[in-house]
Amino acid sequence: MNATLKTSATRPGVEAIAAKGWLAAHKWLFLRRSSQVGILLLFLVGPWFGIWIVKGNLNFSYTLNFLPLTDPYVILQSLLARQVPEKLALIGVTIVVLFYLLVGGRAYCSWVCPVNLLTDFAYWLRVRLGLKGSAHISRPTRYWMLGMTLVAAAVTGSIAWEMVNPVSMMHRGLIFGLGLAWAVLLAVFLFDLFVMRHGWCGHLCPVGAFYSLIGRYTLTRIKLPAREACNDCMDCFAVCPEPQVIRPALKAIDGTPPVILESNCTNCGRCIDVCSKDVFAFGTRFNKVVNSVEPVTGVPQAAPK
Amino acid sequence: MKLTRREFIKSNAVAAAAASAGMSIPGVALAAVPQSEEGVRWDKGVCRYCGTGCGVLVGVKDGRVVATQGDPDAPVNKGLNCVKGYFLSKIMYGKDRLTKPLLRMKDGKFDKNGEFAPISWDAAFDIMAEKVKATLKEPTQGANGVAMFGSGQWTVWEGYAAVKLMKAGFRSNSIDPNARHCMASAVAGFMRTFGIDEPMGCYDDAEHADVFALWGSNMAEMHPILWSRITNRRLTANHVKIHVLSTFSHRSCELADNELIFKPQSDLAILNYICNYIIQNKAVNQEFVKKNVGFFQGVTDIGYGLRPNHPLEQVAGNNGYPGADGKPKGDPNKHTPISFDDFAKFVSEYTLDKAHEISGVPKEKLEALAKAYADPKVKVTSYWTMGFNQHTRGTWVNNMIYNVHLLVGKISEPGNSPFSLTGQPSACGTAREVGTFAHRLPADMVIFNPKHREMTEKLWKLPAGALSAQMGYHAVAQSRMLKDGKIGFYWTSTTNNMQAGPNVNGEIYPGWRNPKAFVVVSDVYPTVSAMSADLILPCAMWMEKEGMFGNAERRGQMWRQQVKAPGDCKSDLWQYMEFSKRFKMEDVWPADVLAKAPEYKGKTLYEVLYANGQVNKFPKAETATVNAHAFAGYTNDESEAFGYYVQKGLFEEYAAFGRGHAHDLAPFDTYHKVRGMRWPVVDGKETLWRFREGYDPYVKKGEGVKFYGYPDGKAKIFALPYQPAAEAPDKEYDLWLCTGRVLEHWHTGSMTRRAPELYKSFPDAVVWMHPKDAERRGLKRNDVVKVSTRRGEISLRVDTKGRNKPPEGLIFIPFFDEHRLVNKLTLDATCPISKETDFKKCAAKVVKA
Amino acid sequence: MDNENKPSAAARRQFLADTARMACGVGLLGLGVGLYARHAKALPPAAIRPPGALPETEFSAACIRCGLCVRDCPFDILHLAKPEEPMSTGTPYFVARQLPCEMCEDIPCVKACPTGALDHSLKDINKSKMGLAVLVDQETCLNFLGLRCDICYRVCPVIDKAITLDRQVNVRTGRHTHFIPVVHSDHCTGCGKCEKACPTEVASIKVFPLYMAKGQLSSHYRLGWVEKEKAGGSLGSAGCRAPVQHARGHEI
Repeated sequence: MNATLKTSATRPGVEAIAAKGWLAAHKWLFLRRSSQVGILLLFLVGPWFGIWIVKGNLNFSYTLNFLPLTDPYVILQSLLARQVPEKLALIGVTIVVLFYLLVGGRAYCSWVCPVNLLTDFAYWLRVRLGLKGSAHISRPTRYWMLGMTLVAAAVTGSIAWEMVNPVSMMHRGLIFGLGLAWAVLLAVFLFDLFVMRHGWCGHLCPVGAFYSLIGRYTLTRIKLPAREACNDCMDCFAVCPEPQVIRPALKAIDGTPPVILESNCTNCGRCIDVCSKDVFAFGTRFNKVVNSVEPVTGVPQAAPK
Repeated sequence: MKLTRREFIKSNAVAAAAASAGMSIPGVALAAVPQSEEGVRWDKGVCRYCGTGCGVLVGVKDGRVVATQGDPDAPVNKGLNCVKGYFLSKIMYGKDRLTKPLLRMKDGKFDKNGEFAPISWDAAFDIMAEKVKATLKEPTQGANGVAMFGSGQWTVWEGYAAVKLMKAGFRSNSIDPNARHCMASAVAGFMRTFGIDEPMGCYDDAEHADVFALWGSNMAEMHPILWSRITNRRLTANHVKIHVLSTFSHRSCELADNELIFKPQSDLAILNYICNYIIQNKAVNQEFVKKNVGFFQGVTDIGYGLRPNHPLEQVAGNNGYPGADGKPKGDPNKHTPISFDDFAKFVSEYTLDKAHEISGVPKEKLEALAKAYADPKVKVTSYWTMGFNQHTRGTWVNNMIYNVHLLVGKISEPGNSPFSLTGQPSACGTAREVGTFAHRLPADMVIFNPKHREMTEKLWKLPAGALSAQMGYHAVAQSRMLKDGKIGFYWTSTTNNMQAGPNVNGEIYPGWRNPKAFVVVSDVYPTVSAMSADLILPCAMWMEKEGMFGNAERRGQMWRQQVKAPGDCKSDLWQYMEFSKRFKMEDVWPADVLAKAPEYKGKTLYEVLYANGQVNKFPKAETATVNAHAFAGYTNDESEAFGYYVQKGLFEEYAAFGRGHAHDLAPFDTYHKVRGMRWPVVDGKETLWRFREGYDPYVKKGEGVKFYGYPDGKAKIFALPYQPAAEAPDKEYDLWLCTGRVLEHWHTGSMTRRAPELYKSFPDAVVWMHPKDAERRGLKRNDVVKVSTRRGEISLRVDTKGRNKPPEGLIFIPFFDEHRLVNKLTLDATCPISKETDFKKCAAKVVKA
Repeated sequence: MDNENKPSAAARRQFLADTARMACGVGLLGLGVGLYARHAKALPPAAIRPPGALPETEFSAACIRCGLCVRDCPFDILHLAKPEEPMSTGTPYFVARQLPCEMCEDIPCVKACPTGALDHSLKDINKSKMGLAVLVDQETCLNFLGLRCDICYRVCPVIDKAITLDRQVNVRTGRHTHFIPVVHSDHCTGCGKCEKACPTEVASIKVFPLYMAKGQLSSHYRLGWVEKEKAGGSLGSAGCRAPVQHARGHEI
């Protein structure tokens, strides 16, 4: 419904580029891609060049033989399969949970997960090719998926989901060798491209669903210091992978404060980039005070660091 | 032609099928043998590796050896092989086979520092002839400056042609085989004790002995098929006991009833203790000793075969090196007669306590061994290999094992046998019997003896004085003389001395790269030796030529050429004979020698040495008739090239040396029919035990035992002391370094490392070390360590478990791995009598790499 | 979760139908995943787990497929299973015929494991049980044929314990010995060195996961001679040999 509001002449972000310049209109996108690629590279310089900064993959990694980072989701499955990990893995879980409580649960999806590169590309292509129509599966399906993976772990007594999980398959595959994992990834790509808009990340992925649970309590959130300045250009809806999270905060529905508390917001920051009115900025979940200052067009608010 | 080809194939197929049936291959496996077996021609051959001499059948199809099988009719192995033999058919087909002569060149000309570039055989022989002629003329080099290094892997006629070329042609005695590194001490031991070379017993001793004693021999790995025989004896006769003496525990110890791990060099003390025990316990076979043995005291300050300026040589009064006055300092081989009582007194100081103290072996173990030798009811066979021979007192220790056997008269009869095993297929047949040593002539004769020279000159149709009496350079001396610029032309073949020789860093490599020397390597593969040469000549090998090997039990075995060599490869035989055409007699002989044979003036060396009416006696057509029983139309490349049956001519001329002199070989044609014969072959019958009436045709009726190598018919017992090694561990270099082999690889691995399966089974050399020694150095199994001696260092992985278990204070490294050249570390100390290197003892240290 | 306000009855029906459909779909998917996981628990014969690996049922629950063991293996012998390979995707294994375990004394792979899927209580590599070597083909084993290979024996890091050579007379030649390699399961670690080094075209000795390689005696039968040795004497009454009539001087 969002995309249809746009005319083909004005792709999302055109106004923002005109108002802020290209660079500022792509700032967060650029940083995010850097983060995604950079993290992947950190994992890859070991096997490629023998420079061992990070060993392992997103399930568990060991940085400089000092910092353990563990995916809490995989450990939860392991626990349900009745295995208690070693201390190191538990320390890693604690660090990771605290980290995402700080930066936003689904920041994992937009800033770290390599599948996001794939699905974003699929979406970009979908728009480029003007592919219309999308199958309908409700967004909460991912929670059913999440539940299913946990039940599967408990019932089979194994981390069953890891056998087919495209997220870890892609990351592990890039580092340790893909094998036929490329076919699974291609399926995800084609699914997103032809079958369903934001299909995998936005509807099905149980990993994202899990991190969204952390996202309920995370500190860093998108605030809307200038929601009054909104000119209803709908660019933010067009670029947002989870557009349903914007509306309540932007339109103050039911008195929602000017901060996106929706746990499925991935903190990707693309809305900040594309908004020519600087409605959005990074802030904390406590930025609930309605900004009374009438924003002036073209003057950006200082975003909290 | 008695057998048609079809019949031959059929009869062989039956034999093969019988063998298969015996091996209980089920019907499935037999059925799985594809139709392509059709058209495979099988013929007898000999294994290319060790001195055991296992017979094989070689299968040829479309000009290629496609398969081998253990020859079920070969008495040595009865169809069996070790795993190296299992892969025999692959040794000729390594991907990096050399097929063209390669010369180091720059700007189209030879340059010592140039890059290898292919040239023709003509061009190769041109530069070789030029270098030989220049060396002969060079006053600091001369005849002995033309040197050759061969091996016990030469076929009999190749070794023989080489000796003729060097000793008669170039008048140089600087020809030595790598057997110098291998069993020269055994040779010197035989010659000193018996006056004649090679074992009196044979493999059949294995079925008769009650006790086996292994001295410095890991037969389980190095003579696998013989070990299988000894094991069978142990298994089928309850009373049989096996004693294994070694400086470290190895696979043969697994079968040992008595395992004696002694400190390096202390075998000398143990042997004297056994003699003492025999005497003290009145176990001397008085009658035997009185009749057959004389006692002698040898000189003792004989040095260690190091360079003359070494402190150990400076103090040695009997090392035979030039002294301050330029005359030789004594003679290490000198010995004077003593009485039995003198001998008894001499060994009496080697008490059990002393032997235990020196060797570190528990007393009860020493006593058990001595008892076995002393007990008149027990037949003892002693086997030894490199532990004895590669020893700075190698000749002594060989003498001393005979001391033991002679004192109790346990010799020259089934089951009572001191038996020196060999490591090369023709160490006996070629190196020893043909006499490719610097001091030797065929049939045990030596260059120092005018009568021997005279006899040789006669048989070779040479004028008196054609042979030089000047000692040539032996193996270790060759490396030193190359480094010192005394050798101008050096030709090696069928050996890989840059890997197998001692002290590669200090002597061999600098020698070969000395600008004053031109080094030619005839080889099959680009070995480290080949890559260090100036000129590489590509060789035919094994079944690409007709050959004869002589194994450790005096058994001569022949095979026919089965396939053509690839590319421009030529046999060593062709190389020597063809090269000799490049010289006129005036080029190589001084005028005074040539004056005595005016008919040779203007002739080529080829005409004098090979086309001499003897070697070229048998027409080419005989290749087909002699071998008609095998397959129709047989011929070989050399006979085609020279126009007569070259091998037969060389063999028959050579055989004349030994016939009537207790080295009788059967007629050439016979060897091509039988599965080998043990010399002396008299009246068509082989000899299994020498020196004893009834077994040896040279011992007359009523003589009982006669050691006819010496004119008085007696063998010699030597009074020789224990002496320390040339280099022992000290504070800095705190470990003994011992080197050797593993079953999977043969010597420098140039063949076995090219069989992918063998390579895979043992790819890289490791250093075996005691776990506590490793722990002390903070090492774990599989750690990469640096092993160093005063001469060099190498890096390899450490193994603290596994097949070899060294005691604390000793490490063991095999020498097959060309990427980990352990001979960069070894010391070039030799037995001063036999000139054989001690590869078993030097001081090393190990640190984490 | 959808932020629709006050859905109509039709919308509610639609919602319920959607939910049911979704639940069914996800449930079916879950069933597939579960069956797949069950199936993959049977480790294929050629894949051997690293030292200290828990029994397969627990391993697939404890291993989080991070690959740290792969990284810390100094000999690079471990791989993570790819989706097409017949075991749990992402779990570590090695193929003995290609590269066997070198049995490092400090067992770095176990130390690296963050979850204990590789059991951290394994301190002595000689106690590990990665699998069990089995001489699978006596018809192709060179030693059974009487040849002298015994490479499997000599390359064994636990030589003379895990593999011994049983000596038997070679009846065919009458003078040689068959050195029959015998694997002892109480010492074999399953490192796979024997399989790697076996020189026959297809290995005649292979390492299999324990569950495939090992038989088990029934508890209703005991080995008399073993029990006697354990007990230090006969378990029945003593003095079991009765006197026998025999000619003088002929001991039986």
